[in-house]
Order: sequence, then C-alpha cells, then structure tokens
Amino acid sequence: MTVGAAIRTDATARPGPLSRWINDGWITTRRNLIKIKRVPDILVFTTLQPIMFVLLFTYVYAGVIDIPGSTYTEFIMAGIFAQTVVFGSTYSGSAMAQDLKDGIIDRFRTLPMSPSAVLIGRTNGDLLINSISMGVMMATGFVVGWRIRSSFLEAVGGVAILLLFAYGLSWVMAFLGMMVRSPEVINNVSFLILFPLTFISNAFVPAETLPPPLRLIAEWNPVTWLVQAARELFGNVPPGTPVGDRWVQQNPELAVLIGVVVILIIFVPLAIRRFSQVTSR
Amino acid sequence: MNFVEAVGLTKTYTPKGAEPVHALDGLDLSVPRGTITAILGPNGAGKTTAVKVLTTLIVPDSGTATIGGIDVLRRPEAIRPIIGVSGQYAAVDENLTGFENLDMVGRLYHLGAKASRARAKELIDLFDLSEAQNRPVKGFSGGMRRRIDLAGALVTQPEVLFLDEPTTGLDPRSRLGMWDIIRSLVSQGSTVLLTTQYLEEADQLADDINVIDEGRVIARGTADELKASVGGQRVELNLVTPDDTVATVEVLRRYGTSEPAVSNDSRTVTVSVASGPEALQLVLRDLEQQNVALFDAGMRRPTLDDVFLRLTGHTTADAEAETVKEKAP
Ligand SMILES: Nc1ncnc2c1ncn2[C@@H]1O[C@H](COP(=O)(O)OP(=O)(O)O)[C@@H](O)[C@H]1O
Ligand SMILES: [Mg+2]
Repeated sequence: MTVGAAIRTDATARPGPLSRWINDGWITTRRNLIKIKRVPDILVFTTLQPIMFVLLFTYVYAGVIDIPGSTYTEFIMAGIFAQTVVFGSTYSGSAMAQDLKDGIIDRFRTLPMSPSAVLIGRTNGDLLINSISMGVMMATGFVVGWRIRSSFLEAVGGVAILLLFAYGLSWVMAFLGMMVRSPEVINNVSFLILFPLTFISNAFVPAETLPPPLRLIAEWNPVTWLVQAARELFGNVPPGTPVGDRWVQQNPELAVLIGVVVILIIFVPLAIRRFSQVTSR
Repeated sequence: MNFVEAVGLTKTYTPKGAEPVHALDGLDLSVPRGTITAILGPNGAGKTTAVKVLTTLIVPDSGTATIGGIDVLRRPEAIRPIIGVSGQYAAVDENLTGFENLDMVGRLYHLGAKASRARAKELIDLFDLSEAQNRPVKGFSGGMRRRIDLAGALVTQPEVLFLDEPTTGLDPRSRLGMWDIIRSLVSQGSTVLLTTQYLEEADQLADDINVIDEGRVIARGTADELKASVGGQRVELNLVTPDDTVATVEVLRRYGTSEPAVSNDSRTVTVSVASGPEALQLVLRDLEQQNVALFDAGMRRPTLDDVFLRLTGHTTADAEAETVKEKAP
C-alpha cells in the first residue's frame, strides 16, 4: 500500500489570509448545514415548536387577555418570535460542548485553519435555523390573523433585529459551551435562565400588567427591549399604549443594537481565545 | 539534526481540591527524520500530554519544543501545516460520512475543492473505507473510526505524524492492519512519533523507544536494548500451593540469569533465562523430581511490565493505581 500522495501544502501556493478565512468559515458552516440535514430533530423542533406556540397562545389566551384597541394575536407574535429565536441561539452552546467531548475540536485546532472559523460556522448554523423558524412562524401568524401594519422595510428591520439579537446570544452560548464542556448542563442551565428571562418581559403580557417588582425586572430585561422593538417595527403596538420615560423604552431598537454590538465586542474575542486554548480531556 | 526536539517539558495540573499532578516533569524527546520513535508508558504516564504539547494543543508550563527547527510554542501556526495528528480518541464528525470528514479536512488544509475530493477518494480506497464512504460515521466500529481518523491525519503528506495510542481498543485483526499502515508510512520516509502501552507494539514498529513514567523519560533505546536490559525470554511458573515457593525459587536460580521474582500471592514465580525452551525443560525436570505441582508453566517474552519493574521497582499496574489515587479528590 502506498499512503503518500503528491499533495503537499505548499506555502507559496496557499491562498491569502482573507480568502482562507472565508473558505474556513464556509467549510465549517457547510458542516453544520449537513448536520441540520442529517439530524432532522433539530429542524422538526425548530419548525413545529413555534407553530405550536403560535396556536397555543392565540387560541388559549386570546379570550383571557384583553388588548384594548388590538387583538391578542397581533400583540403576542413579537413575543413568540423573540422567545423562539432566543432559544434557537442555544444550539451553539450545546454543539460546542459536544464537539469538545467528541474530540473534534482537537482535530480542528491542529489544522492550519482560522481559529474563528469553527465558531463562525456554528453561529451561522444557529442563524440559519432561526431564519427558518422566523419564516415558519410568520406564515403561521398570517394564517391565524396576524398582520404586519408597517412598511415593508420596517418589517424587514423587525426580522433583522430579532435574528441579530439571537446571533449575539449564539456567541455567548458558544463561549459558555466551551467553558462548561457538558452539552446536558448547557441545555439545562440555558433553559433555567432563558425561560424566566422571556416570561418576565413584555413578550406575553403588557409589562404594565405585571406586579411592581417583576415590572422593574421586565423593564430592564433586554428581551423586553427586543420585543418592543419588534412590535414597533411590525406595527403591532396597540394604540394608546403608554410609552415609559426611560431612554430604553423610548428607543428599544437602538438599545437592542447597542446591546448586540457590546455583546459581540466582548464575546467574539473571548470565544475565539477560548477556542484557541481548549482541548478535550 | 533531530526533526522533533523537546527539552525539559513540564506541565502540572491542579484539579480542584486534589493534589497537583505532574503530567510532564522535565520530559526530553527527540525524533530523527525518517524514523518511528515510540513513547512507551502506562496509563497516566504523560503520553497524551506530550503529544498535545507537540501538536500545539496545549502550552507547557516550561520547556522548549521544535519541529523542523520551528518553535512549536512561539509559532504554532507554522507548525500546523506540516504535522498530521491522530489523537487517542478518534476525532471524527459523527454526522458526516467518511468521505465528507476527509474532504472537510482537505479543505481546511486549503487544498482546494477538487484536490480535496480527489485526495479523500484516494484515502477511502487506500484505507479500505468504502463501507463508510457514503454513510455517516455514527454507528461505525472503533476500528473504522480510527482508520478514518488516521486517514484524516494523512490528507496532506505531513512531514511528521503523531499517533497517540493508535491501536488501543482495537481487536487483534484491526491492530495488525494498523501496524501495516504505519509500517508502510515509514517505508516511504515519513517521520512518526507514536505512543503505546505495549512493548510488543513499540518493538514491532519503532526504531527508538522512550519509556516514560510520571512525565519523565526513564529509559531510551531500541526494543532489543530494552529487552536485553531485563534479560531475554523468561520462564513463568504458576504453583498450586504457595508452600512450594521456596523450592521453586531454588530451582529457578540454577537456570535463570536474574533473581527469580515472586508475585504478591506467592503463586507466580518468574525468572529471565538465556534460552527459553532449554531452560523450561530443565526447570520442569527438576521440579518433577521435587514433586512440585504446577497449574501452568511457560515461556514468555519480556513485557513492558518487566522493563518497568526493573527501572522503577514497581509494575505498570502499580503506576496506574498511583495515578488513580492521585486523581481521586
Ligand atoms: N486536563 C487535565 N486535568 C487534570 N489532570 C490531567 C489533565 N490531563 C491529564 N491529566 C493528568 O496528567 C497525567 C498524565 O495524563 P496523560 O498525558 O493523559 O497520560 P497518558 O496519555 O500517558 O495516559 C494523568 O495523571 C492525568 O490524570
Ligand atoms: Mg493518553
């Protein structure tokens, strides 16, 4: 048997740093796309769960929660969007922990690839999953009576801000996944943190209806800013809703954008640094 | 000049609430170009840690390492294009097929789409992986994963190949297959550093063996030199009753080239001999005259245990037990 081949990595023939970076990011993204295709549970979960949420909330609570001047369906959709994409960002956490467990991170780290590529591929995977969920939820929403009451561009902005928020969170989760190392722990902990975070917000009920201590938490909860921003951009804010006097209440879009930028500035380098040091046990 | 050179590597782990573990404790290594060098040591000796330092995965606390004259610690990005690594546990993507795994590695070596696919195809044939070519790795045997992983280390023809326990956990047939692959690599001039727990394996494959224990090289030489250092073949006897131990030791002294070693339960007595078959015949004749009853009698070749016992005064099992003790909180 001859194992050798004429192929060698010839340093002079190697592509430049930028095209290598794009190549590496694409190859690791493709890896995650194949995974989405091969492990259909992820896709089934990300499409069925939002449909279920839309139906449950609109039909179970619509008659109970009164939104003056609007409908509960119209009110709730931004909340369901936000909750779904926030949970959709957690795949990066468990996937990085799993890769570490499987030892494949060791393989990647001994290859002459960009140290950010695996993380870019992984967070792109979440972005794709969340984009699919958004499409499914919007379609379901239309069926049950949700309407966009703003301009096309504003609606695009609404989708973008939801996806962007989740993208920032994906980097946080990827970093945590490499710190915690256990996919199960990451799943359970993110569930324990994200569930209250999405519920103690204006996602499912108007923040004004929450009891005072919870209301304070809700006002400072970034999920509230996100939901408010999405609601405004889709034109779903019930008429006559009082606008708070805090800056974040008046500028939720800007607050979310600044928050995401800050998160990316902190967590992208942290995650890349962690990736460059971490190895299987 | 040695192609791989490591001097004075140390790495200490301090698990929470436990004693510090000196995984590497002043390890020196050198691998001449075009040879196979083995690191031979029991579980917990520091083999994986040494390989991880040399393959840029971890940074040691102190010491230096170079590959082809390039500083591993200062310029890891210059090391990665010239090495191939197959770690202790197969690092393959479960959801990708064998082909996709190899193609991905090729693309990440920047071979380009066409060359990556061609090389992946070639390796599938060379390593007899056609069964796993178009099926996700998930569900394949350990031997198959190992082969895919090793193929991954050979996607480019690396200047030096690191293999961490390449046959541990394989069935005997797969082990022989793996040996063939490794041998053919070297016949083509590759430089290989492999780790193993088996003297037999180091003997079969390596030109040069470094015996390590507790993060240090405790002996270095060819397999023949190491075996000679503990005497060639040995005669091993299992007694029916420990009462016969003294008489047996007496007999073995007549024909052995070393002091007979008695096991803890006083039932197994071993001695090294110059010529196995002859010594065994004589020993059995003498024991029969003294009416010593035997469960079992035989010749065997020296094992890592024998080398270990002579070098450290403890067996590999003891060394492992110690590691386990150190690990426990
Ligand atoms: N990440 C780690 N944390 C704590 N201890 C470790 C770690 N990695 C290795 N060790 C310890 O270092 C010693 C050497 O380990 P290793 O290099 O894996 O040995 P080998 O590969 O020879 O079995 C062992 O005692 C092991 O428990
Ligand atoms: Mg090991």
